[in-house]
Amino acid sequence: MHSAPRYASNEGVADAISKALGKDAVSVVEAHGEIAVTVVTARLVDAMTTLRDALGYQQLMEIAGVDWPDQDPRFEVVYCLLSLTKNHRIRVHVRTNEEVAVPSVTGIWPVAGWLEREVFDMYGVLFEGNSDLRRILTDYGFSGHPFRKDFPLTGYQELRYSEEHKRVMYEPVSLAQDFRKFDFMSPWEGADYVLPGDEKGEQK
Amino acid sequence: MSLSPDLAPTTTGEDIQNYTINFGPQHPAAHGVLRLVMELDGEIIERLDPHVGLLHRGTEKLIEYKTYLQALPYFDRLDYCSPLGMEHSYVLAVEKLLNVEVPLRAQYLRVLFAELTRICNHMLNLGSHVMDVGAMTPNLWLFEIREDCMNFFERASGARMHSAWFRPGGVHQDVPLKLLTDIADWLDQRAPQLFEDAISLVADNRIFKQRNVDIALVSREDAIRWGFSGPMIRAAGIPWDIRKAQPYDVYDRVDFDVPVGTKGDCYDRFMVRVEEVRQSMRIMKQCLRDMPEGPVLSEDRKVAPPKRAEMKQSMEALIHHFKLYTEGFKVPEGSVYVATESPKGEFGVYLVSDGTNKPYRCKIRPTAFSHLQAMDFMSRGHMLADTTAILGALDIVFGECDR
Repeated sequence: MHSAPRYASNEGVADAISKALGKDAVSVVEAHGEIAVTVVTARLVDAMTTLRDALGYQQLMEIAGVDWPDQDPRFEVVYCLLSLTKNHRIRVHVRTNEEVAVPSVTGIWPVAGWLEREVFDMYGVLFEGNSDLRRILTDYGFSGHPFRKDFPLTGYQELRYSEEHKRVMYEPVSLAQDFRKFDFMSPWEGADYVLPGDEKGEQK
Repeated sequence: MSLSPDLAPTTTGEDIQNYTINFGPQHPAAHGVLRLVMELDGEIIERLDPHVGLLHRGTEKLIEYKTYLQALPYFDRLDYCSPLGMEHSYVLAVEKLLNVEVPLRAQYLRVLFAELTRICNHMLNLGSHVMDVGAMTPNLWLFEIREDCMNFFERASGARMHSAWFRPGGVHQDVPLKLLTDIADWLDQRAPQLFEDAISLVADNRIFKQRNVDIALVSREDAIRWGFSGPMIRAAGIPWDIRKAQPYDVYDRVDFDVPVGTKGDCYDRFMVRVEEVRQSMRIMKQCLRDMPEGPVLSEDRKVAPPKRAEMKQSMEALIHHFKLYTEGFKVPEGSVYVATESPKGEFGVYLVSDGTNKPYRCKIRPTAFSHLQAMDFMSRGHMLADTTAILGALDIVFGECDR
């Protein structure tokens, strides 16, 4: 048994949540000792209000964005809730894409303001009802959403101080060495590309 | 300052404009690269907009391209004032996904050093907080203790700050017995003496109280709504401590008290941290007393590497070592959110694994984000000079805030 934080038992919590949320909950899953509730995106605010007021999850600790480029809709927004009275944590998941805005929960928890700004900045997920949806972590005047899986790790722009111009210059990224990404998946377990030297092998 | 001469305050009482000033990003009291855009009415703060992200390095994105073990040192570099506290959340998250058992000695060692980190962090924060409001001496004395802590980290891991000592499955290396006895001596003699001396200079000091008491009051309701954690929520009067409520490692085997504040002002936050240092010393003493002998890293060869001596004899050990340090271990599919009580509050890691040797997504929950966001409503109506006291009591480090 691992020694990660041990909070109150999950017993009966999943049932209570699916009963309280009714049709708003798409699924309630328990995995790795944690309960994850997937909610209909448009019904998020009602579901969150129910979770806070009826089930005692008073604190919103974190909003995380996850990008799944192969899935539709592409983005997942994860809300981590904490109950101080019941000593329990759950996660609330909603799915969305580039166009569909997620209802903002700033009306329930003001802390969501910056957390939503961060998800917007990093993934380009829109939040309807957030009055201050500016970029937060990236540079002034930055374009693009860097944590999307199709955004390169090295980025597009680099900046340096130019002694000649006496100011900071933005330039396209130039790499002194090619970006290296090693593939550690075992070829015996099925690589999804032709192995070097095995070009003549049977085409799948 | 954008105040043109013709709009200057007049005796007729007309045309007095608010003005906007920039605090930082290069300001010694900003504790890093923070830019505060402040709208002032005279010396009263009307609105305050923190601009963060000047230290954004894309840690979460970098972690997606590293194996689970290679990602660990990034955590030292988040909150560089309490590196082991950051590592703690991450290794526990990985362990939760893998469901590995950690040997008891490793759990005690992790708690011992996590508490040493807490002392180390609070020395910096308490010292800089008192310096921000004008006292010089306590900071110098508290840095003595911090220096001792750094030396202990160095003797355990080889590095003063960026230890990278916690590993999924335990800790990297066992510590020599002399280090443990030295820590015990230090806890008995030097640390409490220096600490109590330094705190006695400020805790009841009239000037210090004038600068901190009743500054930036936060009610219990606000603390909950704004996602406060750690010393900030405790100063608001809510006895919430993850070490106590959701014990991890051996926190359920040690005895300690959770200090709470009564008013939720800057002075309460300061005093909560002061008492936490004393409690940390208490926890460390219990760890030293109860720590058993035994292995310090999991015996599961698919997660933790074998001992070097074993590798000279056993082919399998050599293969395991090679595989672990090139390919790394694979973590079962799934996602977990693991939060621990870092010195600054709830530091969480939301880890998504797709079953490969690299994290699919690693979202880091910084403590500073929610606290700094609340600074707007905490500062409104206070004087410009109170900003430094408020900021000092928030305990913010930008490595962690901006990631």
